[in-house]
Amino acid sequence: MDTFLQLVVTGLAVGATYGLIALGFVLIYKASGVLNLAQGELMMFGAYICFVFSVQANIPFYAAVALTLPVALLIGAVIERFFLRYMIGQPLISVIMMTIGLMILMRGIATWIWGTEPKVYPQVFPQESMSIGSVNISYEYLWAAGLSIFFVLIYIIFFRFTKSGLVMRATSDDEHAALSIGISIKKVLSQSWAIAALTAAVGGIIIGALVGLDTTSFPQYGLKVLPVVLLGGLDSIPGAIIGGILIGLTENLVPEYLGFLGGGMEELAPYILVLIVLIVRPHGLFGLKRIERI
Amino acid sequence: MRLPCGIINKSYSQDTAIVRTNLQWLLLVLALITLFTFPYWASPHWISVMIGVWISIIGVMGLTLLTGYAGQLSLGHMAFVAIGAYTVAILMSDLNWPFWAALPCAGMISGCIGVIFGLPSLRIKGFYLVIATLAAQFIIVHIISRWDSLTGGVFGLSVPKVTLGGFEFKSDFSYYFLAMIFALIAILIAKNLSRSRIGRSWIAIRDNDIAAEIMGVDPFKYKLLAFFFGCFFAGIAGGLWAPYLRYLTPEQFTLMGSVWYLGYMVIGGMGSIMGPIAGVIFITILDEFTAEMVTDLATGSPVFAGFVQASRYIVFGLAIILFLIFEPRGIAHRWERIKNSYRLWPFSY
Repeated sequence: MDTFLQLVVTGLAVGATYGLIALGFVLIYKASGVLNLAQGELMMFGAYICFVFSVQANIPFYAAVALTLPVALLIGAVIERFFLRYMIGQPLISVIMMTIGLMILMRGIATWIWGTEPKVYPQVFPQESMSIGSVNISYEYLWAAGLSIFFVLIYIIFFRFTKSGLVMRATSDDEHAALSIGISIKKVLSQSWAIAALTAAVGGIIIGALVGLDTTSFPQYGLKVLPVVLLGGLDSIPGAIIGGILIGLTENLVPEYLGFLGGGMEELAPYILVLIVLIVRPHGLFGLKRIERI
Repeated sequence: MRLPCGIINKSYSQDTAIVRTNLQWLLLVLALITLFTFPYWASPHWISVMIGVWISIIGVMGLTLLTGYAGQLSLGHMAFVAIGAYTVAILMSDLNWPFWAALPCAGMISGCIGVIFGLPSLRIKGFYLVIATLAAQFIIVHIISRWDSLTGGVFGLSVPKVTLGGFEFKSDFSYYFLAMIFALIAILIAKNLSRSRIGRSWIAIRDNDIAAEIMGVDPFKYKLLAFFFGCFFAGIAGGLWAPYLRYLTPEQFTLMGSVWYLGYMVIGGMGSIMGPIAGVIFITILDEFTAEMVTDLATGSPVFAGFVQASRYIVFGLAIILFLIFEPRGIAHRWERIKNSYRLWPFSY
């Protein structure tokens, strides 16, 4: 029972971080109907920029994070303006290929600038662990989970109570109706990419602080989070969080209880879970079911 | 197909013939002569590059049938190449099968596993299907790297040479002909598939699957057929890779490989048979030239030292992006337009 509780707590903490990263995907999808496969690379860029500020320029960590955020916003807006804007009205496969092209390009640029050797972040979160009853949880994960929940709350507030949030929701709901009441779609798309890049940067910094940084395995976190997004449904913010937690739990519980199926099951389990869910519910758990017309 | 002036269809067989004009016959014969004599005048490096090109053409041709014709985007094609490669390797080394019997088996097994992963395609589409095929990539490669007793796990598996009668395909020189002949057969099969009833149904499903269903095209059957043929071609490509590489490890079949295949297809042109051929050749030549230029640059100035490893990604990523912005229908479409303007010259509209 203790092991079970321990795994559940770790799973919840990791899952909250996944939920935050998944939010980046959901934001772009909600605003423009594009699944951004380059999200992992956006995370990597955010993490590296923060690394440059905090380690190479020797700025205190939290100031470095604060400096990273506007840079991330800018990167998102630039990507939307120079790459994704040409994809408006193009078939789905072109859009997917565009984000794949971005993924390869950004990976190349990161390798060029920062090289392939892994980088280590300064010690951001305290190393010790806290115990509640019989359950141990390291402060690292607690901080990561706390930060993720904090950002998720900010997003919920942003979408619910600010004008920009309202405009974005209107655009995702019906592009033509939004246009007809004077909303500039281009501006909304640009904003949503900027905010998604910001989310990615925050997620990247948290993951970077947990596991370190390199150009080959780090972007894989973006793909790791894909099942989360699909599980929750591509266009649902609560779905992203719940999906994140479900995948976090799966990853932690499966090696313990289904370990007899072979090692490394924790990497595979999210994909198997998402395949099963997709066959039963093709739009994810909370995704909007679209009725197709000819 | 738009024909030059004065070419009239007098019978059905004439209408459906692939080669129509004398010029086309001439070009075809010249091309075949060039291809068959290629190893006699090219440098060994380019022969090995061309073997890669031929094998990639087979794999990308499968992807074109699946994605370009049937519209089922697959992000896991390399996994099916892996199945083909491992099937050939296991049948040849463990069971001592001849290559010629193992290769069709590789195609069939790969195709059947492709159908299994294609099953969700009836219910899910678009981005959701992308993830289902991505899952195929991870699950298949994972199983290969963990099933030690059969596949040798992460340590890999060695593959015997291909023999025909008493002849051994051991040099690049001889393997070139093997790969080329299979690739030419694959191109011919794909071309004929694409204009058969099956190919037309695929195009209907790609353009609008609900409309296709209303018109009487069974989407389930044809989507699964697309997965079967797409993965069959991938399996054949893998089966040809295995004896050429002589040693297989799971790391040869990465997600990046699948992405590379998609890039070949997009740059070449999605809905055409010329597309994969043009795309593979274009990207391979681009890749070779960047590799050469970058090594020169890196020795010239230290600024570009870090660029060597990154250049491949940057050039490939930029190529995909620029093609999507400026020529979304790929090289094949551009080629068609050049041909048309040439045919109408000097009296174009």
